[in-house]
Amino acid sequence: MIHSLFLINASGDIFLEKHWKSVVSRSVCDYFFEAQERASEPENVPPVIPTPHHYLISVLRHRIYFVAVIQSEVPPLFVIEFLHRVVDTFQDYFGVCTEAAIKDNVVVVYELLEEMLDNGFPLATESNILKELIKPPTILRTMVNTITGSTNVGEQLPTGQLSVVPWRRTGVKYTNNEAYFDVVEEIDVIIDKSGSTITAEIQGVIDACVKLTGMPDLTLSFMNPRLLDDVSFHPCVRFKRWEAERILSFIPPDGNFRLLSYHVSSQNLVAIPVYVKHNITFREGSSQGRFDLTLGPKQTMGKVVESVLVSSQLPRGVLNANLNPSQGTYTFDPVTKLLSWDVGKINPQKLPSLKGTMSLQAGASKPDENPTFNIQFKIQQMAISGLKVNRLDMYGEKYKPFKGIKYMTKAGKFQVRT
Amino acid sequence: NEWMFLFSLVCSGEIFELKAELNSDKKEKKKEAVKKVIASMTVGKDVSALFPDVVNCMQTDNLELKKLVYLYLMNYAKSQPDMAIMAVNTFVKDCEDPNPLIRALAVRTMGCIRVDKITEYLCEPLRKCLKDEDPYVRKTAAVCVAKLHDINAQLVEDQGFLDTLKDLISDSNPMVVANAVAALSEIAESHPNSNLLDLNPQTINKLLTALNECTEWGQIFILDCLANYTPRDDRESQSICERVTPRLSHANSAVVLSAVKVLMKFMEMLPKDLDYYGTLLKKLAPPLVTLLSAEPELQYVALRNINLIVQRRPEIMKHEMKVFFVKYNDPIYVKLEKLDIMIRLASQANIAQVLAELKEYATEVDVDFVRKAVRAIGRCAIKVEQSAERCVSTLLDLIQTKVNYVVQEAIVVIKDIFRKYPNKYESVIATLCENLDSLDEPEARAAMIWIVGEYAERIDNADELLESFLEGFHDESTQVQLQLLTAIVKLFLKKPTETQELVQQVLSLATQDSDNPDLRDRGYIYWRLLSTDPVAAKEVVLAEKPLISEETDLIEPTLLEELICHIGTLASVYHKPPSAFVEGSRGVQHKRLPCSAGSVDSPETSSTAGVSDAPPAVIPSQGDLLGDLLNLDLTPTTTGPPPPAVSTGMQLGAMDLLGGGLDSLCDTLVCDLQIGAGFGAAPAAMPASFGAPGSGGLDDLFDLGSGVGMPMGAYSPPKSVWLQAMKAKGLEISGTFARRAGVIQMEMTLTNKAMSVMTDFAIQFNRNSFGLSPAGPLQVLTPLSPNQSIEVALPLNTSGPVMKMDPLNNLQVAVKNNIDVFYFSCQYPISMLFVEDGKMERQIFLATWKDIPNENESQFQIKDCHLNAVSNKLQGSNIFTIAKRTVDGQDMLYLSVKLTNGIWVLAELRIQAGNPNYTISLKCRAPEVSQCVFQSYEAVLKN
Repeated sequence: MIHSLFLINASGDIFLEKHWKSVVSRSVCDYFFEAQERASEPENVPPVIPTPHHYLISVLRHRIYFVAVIQSEVPPLFVIEFLHRVVDTFQDYFGVCTEAAIKDNVVVVYELLEEMLDNGFPLATESNILKELIKPPTILRTMVNTITGSTNVGEQLPTGQLSVVPWRRTGVKYTNNEAYFDVVEEIDVIIDKSGSTITAEIQGVIDACVKLTGMPDLTLSFMNPRLLDDVSFHPCVRFKRWEAERILSFIPPDGNFRLLSYHVSSQNLVAIPVYVKHNITFREGSSQGRFDLTLGPKQTMGKVVESVLVSSQLPRGVLNANLNPSQGTYTFDPVTKLLSWDVGKINPQKLPSLKGTMSLQAGASKPDENPTFNIQFKIQQMAISGLKVNRLDMYGEKYKPFKGIKYMTKAGKFQVRT
Repeated sequence: NEWMFLFSLVCSGEIFELKAELNSDKKEKKKEAVKKVIASMTVGKDVSALFPDVVNCMQTDNLELKKLVYLYLMNYAKSQPDMAIMAVNTFVKDCEDPNPLIRALAVRTMGCIRVDKITEYLCEPLRKCLKDEDPYVRKTAAVCVAKLHDINAQLVEDQGFLDTLKDLISDSNPMVVANAVAALSEIAESHPNSNLLDLNPQTINKLLTALNECTEWGQIFILDCLANYTPRDDRESQSICERVTPRLSHANSAVVLSAVKVLMKFMEMLPKDLDYYGTLLKKLAPPLVTLLSAEPELQYVALRNINLIVQRRPEIMKHEMKVFFVKYNDPIYVKLEKLDIMIRLASQANIAQVLAELKEYATEVDVDFVRKAVRAIGRCAIKVEQSAERCVSTLLDLIQTKVNYVVQEAIVVIKDIFRKYPNKYESVIATLCENLDSLDEPEARAAMIWIVGEYAERIDNADELLESFLEGFHDESTQVQLQLLTAIVKLFLKKPTETQELVQQVLSLATQDSDNPDLRDRGYIYWRLLSTDPVAAKEVVLAEKPLISEETDLIEPTLLEELICHIGTLASVYHKPPSAFVEGSRGVQHKRLPCSAGSVDSPETSSTAGVSDAPPAVIPSQGDLLGDLLNLDLTPTTTGPPPPAVSTGMQLGAMDLLGGGLDSLCDTLVCDLQIGAGFGAAPAAMPASFGAPGSGGLDDLFDLGSGVGMPMGAYSPPKSVWLQAMKAKGLEISGTFARRAGVIQMEMTLTNKAMSVMTDFAIQFNRNSFGLSPAGPLQVLTPLSPNQSIEVALPLNTSGPVMKMDPLNNLQVAVKNNIDVFYFSCQYPISMLFVEDGKMERQIFLATWKDIPNENESQFQIKDCHLNAVSNKLQGSNIFTIAKRTVDGQDMLYLSVKLTNGIWVLAELRIQAGNPNYTISLKCRAPEVSQCVFQSYEAVLKN
């Protein structure tokens, strides 16, 4: 099982260590540092690193490496999933997961880690249960504690840990009963230089914020459930009912949680909401290159494409770029060769464009790599897959809750090759 | 060291302050002080000096304070064992607290105090907690047993905690079940052969019920435990699969992958024609695809596992090619894995897409990735024949970019393409030669040299090209040197007249000026071959190479099976068996896939059969000296259609072919040898062997039996698996039959694939057509330990009881060892029974031939046979040539054979020049043997 955890910052300092079994010397991290040195980019450090007596399994989140040390055969995904849970918990407790936040709350961090694993076995990883055991620090509570002498640690047995619905605590009470669901879809696309789609897939999630009194039992049905053939559910969802009727039936956890994530594969037809026209040319023997980029909306069902941001790594040979955006602002970093254009909204009547010249080193030959454009955008009130919620019903409680559903589409890895 | 002194002074000041605060009367101050202590401990400061003061704070009803003190205890108890005993009483008391949270906390902390002295005091409280009324306490206690076992295994066994733990598998609470399973699995790791997790249908049912209700982590433990179970039949297997399938939709990727493992394993037992089997296959793809949209670290682990799954069951992912397309900002470790899987999935249907992608990748920035992409194009060409042409032109395009490392990789893969498709793409050689100067990596240089040597006859200036490499011979890497040596020898054999100087130069460089033994040995071998028998040299060096197969780095099937059983583990990430790298390797059990009961076409048998039929040939790596040296497998040469002259008088023809150049070369070689290498015997032997074909070869064309040329041994088929390990409790027997010096031998390889040692081997035959029986006992003197193989040769005689078998050459064998008796049957080549005195007098042959009625004659065709020393070859297997005549361009060979039981078989073999199909007529008084005898003829001639 998981032996130890080391937190390492970007400059290679171990700023926190936790051992669940015997103490493993810090020097084990030297193997990690070696791998880090070899990697060209921070994210290229391999996630599993063997050492003579241990294995190091790491994830990089918020510019912090979470390095778990294991000694015997443990499923690596088990470790990685646990590390993710640690990151999520820190974020949940401290608002951000940064070195500063962790250092400021080092005792709470230590208590949390102690509760999350016992002898390397996961113990309490659900945020609901952890919050019953260890209350998140707030300015108000710290003040109250110092005055009354009460503590952050709950006195009660965390009831959820044993009930049939371990994800929900009992005795929840709200004056305003509300349940909000956000359908958020990210579209991953690779478009080749001729403008045809190579792959397109959609990663969707339904995130919920449920604040309902008592033990509500909810059902959620879709207009077009057939879209969802590849889904992962929160443990609260009754799988049998979904298999039989294509209805999501569940007793929700209290607060924020991810009800469902789904994947619409490249085999389905995926609508591409944005098109890109580009013309980037270098002539042999000339120290100038032409740059011409135009964006336009398509298949957006009349919704506005907003928060558009285009970025690209220009060829190494490019010294500078002198461009003219029709809207928004652009930056070019001559050191990293990173071009970034903050476009804003796309107005279908007046398409945004970025035109101009790039200067190359005099006498250098034409660059042989082709830049790829990475495009980010958001579209409100639309799920690009066409998924639509039909109705949401509540059973088991008498009151009438307030319900809301929101849709949004975002670009995930949206790449246009040139 | 003034600074250190100051530092410790500051620290001790701080500690002094804390000490005062810890002993304060105010509760609040105490708690703050403990918090400060914990904070210092967390950042690695040594606060162990405060041990007694902190332990004093333990007697409190404040839960937070208690927890903090426990945290401290766990950290420092080991360094202060005597002090830690002070805490024992509090633990014992806390284990009886009315609040289950405190009971659980106490039992949890107890186990973390890794001090031998204390552990004995903790057994009683632990025993109580294992039977606690509150499941939360029970589940915590279950983990505590594992902790205790880690500290003192003997104590845990003596106290009977293991049995209590086993009982907890039947607990009513799913979380308790999950933790008991987890604890037992961890303990079982250090007791590989114990029956800790004794799985039977009842416990499996309990686990499956708990699976639905426990936490995600518990589900992983239970699934991993389920994967160790072997269902009794396909129905049980299906029902487990049905209950595990919902886990594929879990949000936790580790749960998903563990479920995939269970399904992949149990699927083996399902009959393929079952509807459910197809359904299951379809259900496996989506969750695997979903894993690829997760964070890169998860993707990496998923990809390594998909790589295994794709090799075992390609059908699962065959429509999912696109999800493996590389995004430019994927981390490099993800990119490389995706590329590997793309090639595995490449097929005629998707090759166009794949190639377009690969070409795109070859212009990326990352050098490692670009190299691998170029290599991938080559692998596609070899895998999908229809795409080869497109791949080659893509590679040529890439070579035109002149990017140095791209060119070099491209040349390396083009070499493999040449080997896969001989005589197809040699037109590109000119382009390759243009880039000769830019090659600076050994692998690329070696590949280029190979190409020049192999196609020397088509490259006008081959000698110049090779000579240019020769200048810096000693600065080259071994790989290049070896390749250069072979290439020049090839060149010489193809163009002997112009290249004598070159070959002398390289031979002397290799043998006299080099310190590398491999190089020297190879040099000597060539030298000797060239000087004693240039014809043989030609046959060896220019032999036709076996075709390379499409997959270059497939995992060996038994390892693959084992890895499939370990999906989701470190073993699956490293593609190595768990025993290879787990710390201490405490005898990890080798897991095998179960075998479908009763069904003939089960994947298991079909896959192993597939393996023995066509073991995946692998492109020999550059280090494979022997294969590289001879440029062929070690099988005897089956060269292409020989030049016409050779077929009549091989050695004579060869002399003509090499012409006068040879003599002069020989002279120089003799000189060199005498002066340089000190091969005294070589020059002396040489004239004789050169003289032989001149006189003896012409002497008696009819009596070829008396022997020129190299003697060839009796044909013996390659070993095949007779008894599969699965059917024989781990004993695997593969073998063959051979006739060596007049003795029939059964040559076997016994392999122990089980976990225990095997002894007491014995063997018996059933009655058979020719009375074969062992001439002595089976000689396995030493016990066969696990994973060991032993070669045994069992001499046979033909004096056993006779019974006609069907087929005639069928042999039923029983093998016994200390475990059990196993039965198998095999077929022996009847050529084993051809006796040495089977040469009939010519007159008698004629008379017998006429005497045997025509209805006893049977005629067969032997197709695709390219041989130039038929008689020699046949004689090696005791098939004797009585006479030979040539009628209308057809060679007629008259042959005789005598079996051990005295049956004579006469034959007439007709060979038409240039026609690879031979016709053979067999005549025998016992015509039922004809079929078998024909098969032997065919086997002998073709091997």
